[in-house]
Formats: sequence, C-alpha cells, structure tokens
Amino acid sequence: MRIRMRKSSWILCVAASMLLALAALSAAQKSVAAGPPTVEVKIDNFTFTPATLTVKAGTQITWTNGDDIPHTVVSDNQSFKSKVLDTDEKFTFTASKPGTYSYFCSIHPKMTGKLVVE
Amino acid sequence: MPMQKNRDAILSDHNHDGIDRRGFLKCMAWAGTGALCVLEGGVLKSYGLDDPARIAKAARGELSFVQISDSHMGFNKPANSDVIATLKAAVAKINALPAPPEFMLHTGDISHLSKPVEFDTVDQILQSAPTKDVFFVPGEHDVLEDDGKQYRERYGKNTKGAGWYSFDKKGVHLIGLVNVMNLKAGGMGSLGAQQLKWLEDDVRHLSKSTPVIVFAHMPLWNIYPEWGWGTDDSAQALSHLKRFGSVTVLNGHIHQTMQKVEGNVTFHTATSTAFPQPRPGAAPSPGPMKVPAEQLRGLLGVTDVNYVRKHHALALIDSTLE
Repeated sequence: MRIRMRKSSWILCVAASMLLALAALSAAQKSVAAGPPTVEVKIDNFTFTPATLTVKAGTQITWTNGDDIPHTVVSDNQSFKSKVLDTDEKFTFTASKPGTYSYFCSIHPKMTGKLVVE
Repeated sequence: MPMQKNRDAILSDHNHDGIDRRGFLKCMAWAGTGALCVLEGGVLKSYGLDDPARIAKAARGELSFVQISDSHMGFNKPANSDVIATLKAAVAKINALPAPPEFMLHTGDISHLSKPVEFDTVDQILQSAPTKDVFFVPGEHDVLEDDGKQYRERYGKNTKGAGWYSFDKKGVHLIGLVNVMNLKAGGMGSLGAQQLKWLEDDVRHLSKSTPVIVFAHMPLWNIYPEWGWGTDDSAQALSHLKRFGSVTVLNGHIHQTMQKVEGNVTFHTATSTAFPQPRPGAAPSPGPMKVPAEQLRGLLGVTDVNYVRKHHALALIDSTLE
C-alpha cells in the first residue's frame, strides 16, 4: 500500500509535467519570436565572407572584424555605415528594406561586398 | 622587386628617356642587401653599407632630410607589441646620422586608430629628434572618424583642402599631397579634382630645372592594385610634373622599401617604424606580417634623403632599425 501513489497525487504529477512542458514550449517560441533571424559576415584577410549575402527582410546581419587592422562596413548609398571596427569588434545592421546594397571598407576600398535583401 | 631588376630599370631608363644625366647621382640601398648603389653618368657604382665614410662622401649634399613613415601608434598586435620602442629606435637612428637632417617628413599613419593619445605619444617621441621641423601628410589611419578634422588641427594648420601644401628648401620644391580621403568602393588612393587643380597651379611658376619632391601616404604608382597599393588618379598628378628634370616621389603605406625610376621620376616607398607587410601577393592579404622577434627591426627603418645640387639629384639611403 505504501508504494502505491494516491490517485490525486498522480493527477497532480501529470498536470505539473504538462505545465512544465507547455512552459518550455512557450519559452522556446518566445525566444524565436523575440529576435529577428541573424546572419554573420566575417572580415578576415581584408575580405568579407560571404562576399554576397542574400537574406529575408528583417534579418539582422553582424559583421565581425577578425583582422589585426581596423576596417569599416559602409554601404555605397550610405544606407548603413559602421564606426571603425578594431580587431574583434562587431557591427550589426537590420535589413528592413528589400534591395541590393553594395558595401565596402572605407579604409581599404578594394574590400567590397554585397547584401541582397528579399 | 629584386635588386637586379632595379639596376636594369635605371640603366635602361638612362639610355632611353633622353634626359641629360651627366653627373646624375641616384642612390638606393635595400634593407637586407647592405649595399648603396650610385648611378653616376650612367655608370652604376655600389658601396657596402659597412663603409660609412664612403657613403657619407657619396651621399653628402646641400639638403639633407629624413623620411619616417607608418608609426601606427596604438598598434599592439603580435606583429609588434611595442611600437613605442621601435619609433624611439628610429629616432635614435636619426640622431646617430653623421650630420643632423634639416627637417623630417612623416608620410602618414602616424596613429593606428586616430586617437588623440596616439598622436600625443608620437609628438612626444619626436621631441627627441635632432630637428623639430617635421612635415606630415595623413595616412588613412589618421583620418578615421572625422574626415581628418583632428589631423588638420594638429598637423595641417596652414594647408589647403584636406591637408595638402608645398614649401621650398634650398631651391628644392616639396609638395605634400593627401590621397587617403573620400576613397571610392573598389578603388585605391585618391587625390581628387580639387587637389589636382591646386597641384597644377602650384608648380606652374617653377622653372623646369627646379628639383621637385612629392610626398604622400599611399604610393603614387601602381605597385599592386589587387591590394589597393596605388592611387587612382596619380597619372594626372604626374602629368603636371612631366616638364621637370628631377622629380622624386616619397610614399609610405606598404611598410617596405620599393623603388622605381620612370623617365624623370624616381618613386620610393619607405619602411614602417611599426610592423612589416608582405611583399605584393606573397600572403593572402596585406595585413601585418609576424616575423621572428630577432628579425623585426631588420624590417623596420627610416630613409635618409640627400640632395646634391651639382649632381642635380637625390640620394636615398634606407636604414633598418638594427
């Protein structure tokens, strides 16, 4: 008799588990809903990688400078413009308006990249 | 660029450009080769760098100055974690010259990130130089955030436009140009229409026998366009200097010595006092080159420039910090 769980306790247990699962599910949904999709662009060896990036509108793009020399990320039509990024510094831009954005490093203008927002 | 190639270039140029080079003296020394080469009336002579008395005799002139470049104050990455020490070593090298230079040129990238403290540190170290007369042009690292406003307040008080200017020293006309502003996507260095017009007017009144020295940060000849090592509109600038018998172009930016003679123009780039960069195409990118600690100072240095009036020429001697 002692090892048998009382019926009311068992129901409580199941209910608690379901609540926990629901809470976890809703938390997971919230974390997706809280932020836009994110994409990374790496700056290494004076090169933007990927050189051409295609994203959905609303995507958040983060450039990270992996070089020992500062770089910038500046769109040709000034839609976005980072401050000077020293080693390991990042620049984030949320692409809200569809279009093709050519960009470059204003310090080393041979460094060019393209962002396509669909 | 191998040394032999340069010799060929100079000799070949001498034979074909039609300029009278009687008594013409052209010196160059290559960090690492330990030789001073002198072209005199078409005959190439070389002196060992271990023979300072002969070098002094060969290179002594009426006008003597020193070029330093790319001190990148604030840089602290593995390629050189102590750019203060190497700039101090460069100043010590200048202090050790047989005769003090009359003035100095700094061909840009004074600072690494355009920070006031970086400029302050360089100014303080240069206080120990044998001359307080230092002429600057900006590198792209000196004009990072404010279109060069801070740079011009510090170093360009009596300059035009983005910081260009000219002055005369003992009959030599020196021109400081700015080719690091308003850079265009996909391009290299840029002088711009306004500066080119000013240059044309600036040299208009000079006689063609006036020796002209042009100094700017980025090379005014296309060394390696793939890495942006050149200036998009440099040919237009040089077209205004065609009629002069002796033109010397001094640049920095590429952190290594390179020399080319083309017609009446000698191009020369100086080493950095901070860190070396790879030879064109010898690495995936032009980023700072990490070398074994004991080799670093052999790749950094200063350039000693001498003008010998009677020979109507400039002598350039590169010295490493070793």
